Amino acid sequence: MELTAKHEEYWRKNLVITAILMVIWFLATFVEGWYARELNSITFLGFPLGFYMSAQGSLIIYVVIIGFYARYMNRLDKEYDVHEEEVK
Amino acid sequence: MSQATFSQSAFTQQLKKYYFFYTGGFLAFIILLAIAEQLGLSRQYIGYTFLVATIGLYAMIGIMSRTAEVAEYYVAGRRVPAFFNGMATGADWMSAASFIGMAGTLYLTGFDGLAFVMGWTGGYVLVALFLAPYLRKFGQFTIPDFLGARYGGNIPRTIGVFCAVLASFVYVVAQIYGVGLITSRFTGLEFGIGVFVGLGGILVCSFLGGMRAVTWTQVAQYIILIIAYLTPVIWLGIKHTGIPVPQIAYGPVLQKVTDLEKKLTADPKEQEVRKIFKDRADAANAALKDPGKAYAEGKAAIEKNAADLKAANAPADKVAAAEKAVAAYPKDVDAAKEQWGKEKGLAARAAPPRPHATPFPGKDEAAQNTARLNFLGIVFCMMFGTAALPHILMRYYTTPSVTEARRSVFWSLFFIFLLYFTAPCLAVLAKYEVYSGLVGSAFAELPRWAAAWATVDPTLLNITDINKDGIVQLAEIVIGGDLIVLMTPEIAGLPYVVSGLVAAGGLAAALSTADGLLLTIANALSHDVYYKMIDPHASTKRRVSVSKALLLVVALVAAYVTSLKPGNILFLVGAAFSIAASSFFPALVLGVFWKRANKYGAIAGMLVGLGVCLYYMAVTYPFLRDMIGITKPIAEYMWFGLNPISAGVFGLPLGMLTIIIVSLLTPAPDKETQELVEHVRYPNLRGDTVVSEAA
Repeated sequence: MELTAKHEEYWRKNLVITAILMVIWFLATFVEGWYARELNSITFLGFPLGFYMSAQGSLIIYVVIIGFYARYMNRLDKEYDVHEEEVK
Repeated sequence: MSQATFSQSAFTQQLKKYYFFYTGGFLAFIILLAIAEQLGLSRQYIGYTFLVATIGLYAMIGIMSRTAEVAEYYVAGRRVPAFFNGMATGADWMSAASFIGMAGTLYLTGFDGLAFVMGWTGGYVLVALFLAPYLRKFGQFTIPDFLGARYGGNIPRTIGVFCAVLASFVYVVAQIYGVGLITSRFTGLEFGIGVFVGLGGILVCSFLGGMRAVTWTQVAQYIILIIAYLTPVIWLGIKHTGIPVPQIAYGPVLQKVTDLEKKLTADPKEQEVRKIFKDRADAANAALKDPGKAYAEGKAAIEKNAADLKAANAPADKVAAAEKAVAAYPKDVDAAKEQWGKEKGLAARAAPPRPHATPFPGKDEAAQNTARLNFLGIVFCMMFGTAALPHILMRYYTTPSVTEARRSVFWSLFFIFLLYFTAPCLAVLAKYEVYSGLVGSAFAELPRWAAAWATVDPTLLNITDINKDGIVQLAEIVIGGDLIVLMTPEIAGLPYVVSGLVAAGGLAAALSTADGLLLTIANALSHDVYYKMIDPHASTKRRVSVSKALLLVVALVAAYVTSLKPGNILFLVGAAFSIAASSFFPALVLGVFWKRANKYGAIAGMLVGLGVCLYYMAVTYPFLRDMIGITKPIAEYMWFGLNPISAGVFGLPLGMLTIIIVSLLTPAPDKETQELVEHVRYPNLRGDTVVSEAA
């Protein structure tokens, strides 16, 4: 079937949010990891910050990213009328 | 529709009720056992009770969920609510390596071990963003199914089956090994029998009810394993931080550990012990340069010593000791060489304590940068491997909808997070106990837990008075990583019943992962090979029977391989991740996000990814090098100094690049394939003609 302009827009919005969240993921993982030594000179909640991020901070960011994505996309589905029949 | 609406929500309500009572019942069971312990129930019986009760419980769930229906057997009827699928994924995901091994790795390697903590959680971001919702919409049974449908033909499917089986098999061997270890340790059964008992527990579940039984058992196993992991840590945490959430408050304890490290590095007694180790290692190195001469000289020296003592009428015990030394001297040069080889290894114990909170310690800037690269390499491979391991991806076929699949990834990571943010905390608390409680105590009066473990199992805890001062120095202690989780209940001063609980938790972690993996292998073989390629007209009943038969065969083969005790488990697990990341990830993700990706690209890409990954492991991992007979130094083969565990760092990008280049050089996929891509991209494309949800 032919996709409508609305469908295309839905997919574009999905790609945009995916890209934004991937950038945050990349910062919280690889940039944080690369600069862990430098971050360790800052103290946060009694932890050296580099250690804290790798042990806990980045993990919390991951959980939030996934939670946000699920919420955002489940709303976007409805807005663009591509949502499923309710099975709840 | 209203009927379905009612039943799904009623089903969820019912599940909540069941598992609520189940959790309550389990807690009551622990309390009863604790009372029985006070009344004098022996430790061995507590161990047996836990083993029998939990395996019996899993068996009961397995029997209650038995099924012969295809959709029930392969994907649990596709009606597992997000919350419960999250728990099941958590148990599926967290293996014996996570439960028992993780805190130990962190204890031993400090910051650098956090690569696994980050990698094994951050990978779920990739699962959520790139895979779970699309695979759910695709709605088939296995991961090779997707490759087969998206790229067409049997070749992509076959490669998919091969990679799925390879990665899962390597992983399942490590799990069965863990099961055998835990069962034998806590019940005193032999390792081989432990493997067998564990295998029974695994099979009774997956064999009877496939994915359906495995799912509901995994939820039950998650509840046990998380209670088992958190209870002792919270107790220990209250002791050290004063609040029941030590995970957020152990910063000051980490600071104390860092201070103690500095103190212990400078301590003269510690330096004395380390010097002894260094001297012994140096002496061994010197002896190894000319073994024949060193052997003759050493022998002459101790014989002379004994003779001199005798001649000088020295006290009897000194003479006896000198004669014992003569008797204990290696009988020939080869035996002596072996002994020196071991002594040489003592150089590792001559090093000062590794700073726990410091990232990438190393002797100079270059060594530190290589350590950093390896840290990021492991993070990379563990993350992309997570997002490509078939037994995890398969779990997202079991939710009722795409919406639920997205929520389900959130719950999965949430439940995994509960354990993974506790492990680093546990490692720090345990280290503080060892540095402050064990180090500095007299050998005559060791803390109770240390005395107990040192006698039970010297491979886990070995303390020897090297400098004969009667006081424990840190350098005199050797700790096996697995000890950290096992000893926590005792350090926290909890009754033995909690130790039994921890063992039950470890068992639950190993069993649940093994279940998921065995099912993945059997399904790939029965569904993708037998049904899709050999006999497409097989009746549904026959398909399920074939799958069950294969499950038995695979389980037995895996148990056989396990009984051979194939080496380093962490490497095996790491290898599984690198293999999955290199072979699956590019083909799966480009399959959804790039319509132009075609069959030829996918075939070439998967082969290149897998090939590069296996090649790098073969030339840099000592065990494999010996097998092929490579003798040139490892350094000549290493790229950027990366360890073999991170082979996926090269395999994945090269595989992806290959798919893109080959696809662009060959014709675009047909219209039907393009429509399939559109079909998976939208949760509900009205007017869509692609048929989904195979029966």
